Amino acid sequence: MADIAASPGPAALDRVRRDYLAHARQRRLYSGLLLALFVALMIVGFQIAEGRNAGGFRSGLPQILDFPANVVSEAWRDRAQLPGHMLRVLPALVETVNIAAVSTLIGALAGLILSLFATRGLAPAPWLIPVVRRLSDFLRAVPEIVVALVLIYILGGGPVPAMIAIALHTAGAMTKLFSEVAENADLKPVEGLQSVGARWSQRMMLGVLPQVAPNYLSYAVLRFEINVRASAILGFVGAGGIGYELRNAMTFGIGRFDEAAAIFVLLFLTIVVFDQGSSWLRNRLVAGGHP
Amino acid sequence: MLLSVENVTKAFGRNIAVDNVSFALDRPMFLGIIGRSGAGKSTFLRMVNRLTDATAGRILFEGRDILALRGAAMRTWQAHCAMIFQQFNLVPRLDVVSNVLHGTLNRRSTLATALNLWPRDDILKAIDILDRLGIAEQAPKRAEALSGGQQQRVAIARALMQDPKIILADEPIASLDPMNAQIVMDTLRRIHEEDGRTVIANLHTLDTARRYCDRVIGMRAGRIVFDGLPEQLTTGAARDIYGADDSFSESATSTAIEALPRDDQYAKAMLA
Repeated sequence: MADIAASPGPAALDRVRRDYLAHARQRRLYSGLLLALFVALMIVGFQIAEGRNAGGFRSGLPQILDFPANVVSEAWRDRAQLPGHMLRVLPALVETVNIAAVSTLIGALAGLILSLFATRGLAPAPWLIPVVRRLSDFLRAVPEIVVALVLIYILGGGPVPAMIAIALHTAGAMTKLFSEVAENADLKPVEGLQSVGARWSQRMMLGVLPQVAPNYLSYAVLRFEINVRASAILGFVGAGGIGYELRNAMTFGIGRFDEAAAIFVLLFLTIVVFDQGSSWLRNRLVAGGHP
Repeated sequence: MLLSVENVTKAFGRNIAVDNVSFALDRPMFLGIIGRSGAGKSTFLRMVNRLTDATAGRILFEGRDILALRGAAMRTWQAHCAMIFQQFNLVPRLDVVSNVLHGTLNRRSTLATALNLWPRDDILKAIDILDRLGIAEQAPKRAEALSGGQQQRVAIARALMQDPKIILADEPIASLDPMNAQIVMDTLRRIHEEDGRTVIANLHTLDTARRYCDRVIGMRAGRIVFDGLPEQLTTGAARDIYGADDSFSESATSTAIEALPRDDQYAKAMLA
């Protein structure tokens, strides 16, 4: 039988022990300091926020449930009218979902192409990578609501400014997420296609996209959910859709909360439907159509 | 009786992976289970370690049915029954000593684990075990930085840290080159001889089974088709286990380099 291995000898073993224990002590010290720093920052931050708060966190705490309680109690009182309200705001919901769908589609397509330019190993030219990444940072840094307000000022109110604003933000976010997925893609198929003389677009289409498609799809669908909410919020500033209805119901206050409740329920159901649909779609894609 | 396996069956849907397996060990020994891929060897070991639930049957260890254990009792049994995997199953980004210390996780709280607090005695014990296996020098390195043979010895060190009553090894050398395979098998044999621990190893090569085991069980399509001493493992018995016809050559199941004949005719046929 083979000799297991040469033992390092007692002196060397002592050194291994000493070094590892010192290393462990040091790591423990660092994580202790980090934990203390984290706790201190949380306390200080909370105190500063409390000082700047107009009402005060502790004094406001008991009232935190007042608004939901109002909405729920009124909605319960007028529950007979909920289906009617839902039916009335349904066209507005369709408009909101449409804004989200178009902007997700355009943003994800732009993100798909930009992500390939922003990924090491895939980009056709290395200088493109930082350029596209900064572009994506910029698109993500500007709040949708600011873009939407500027566009509404130029183009007038309606769904198109909201769509453009959300699509721009989606393109930036998708570029980042897609490129992180593409970074982990296996380059061997790409090299195989390169070896037969395929052009860049063909290598990406056949070598990269089949690998990343399931992840891309699930990110795009998650983004669609986020965009439904974003487009509802943009309705508050005059982009139409269900957000406009929600603002009206909420600002007119007591007496119309049943309408607000109907809109909340409708939004929740929409998100549930798309969440279920997207996981079904993703499973199908991953399993290749076999259940 | 130390270990008694009674009519253990595992079905995956309509597919029966382990079919009514029964045998008993009366004393600590080095038991080898051989058979080709898909014979149910891995599924059987996974049931003993409670990684997979059995469909039917009992496994008694020192008189207690370990298939009936649940929750904390089951995890305590798992701590007493160490498992070594073909692909080592270490945490690649953690250092070697941490990986060995994982053997004590069953008696550590979640908070102590999260804060990375290991008792000094355990750390020293882990380094001693690594020294016993000849890899103390690798202690501070990340597990992923080690070669396959070294990683498998770290996995064995993790198993020893558990101070187990029984060690299960699922194809421990199938991913290793012949040299490292021999070191790992020698280590397992030494652990059995020096500590008196029972080792059950799934192997897929006859020569390894003959060389290291005190007793060999052959499985085919989920059933036990051979149970005896390594000397009784004739070419005929091997044909039964591997389900091969008369052209079966023992060298086809060997890991030793010199045992593999150069098949010039095959190469010529492929290139023609």
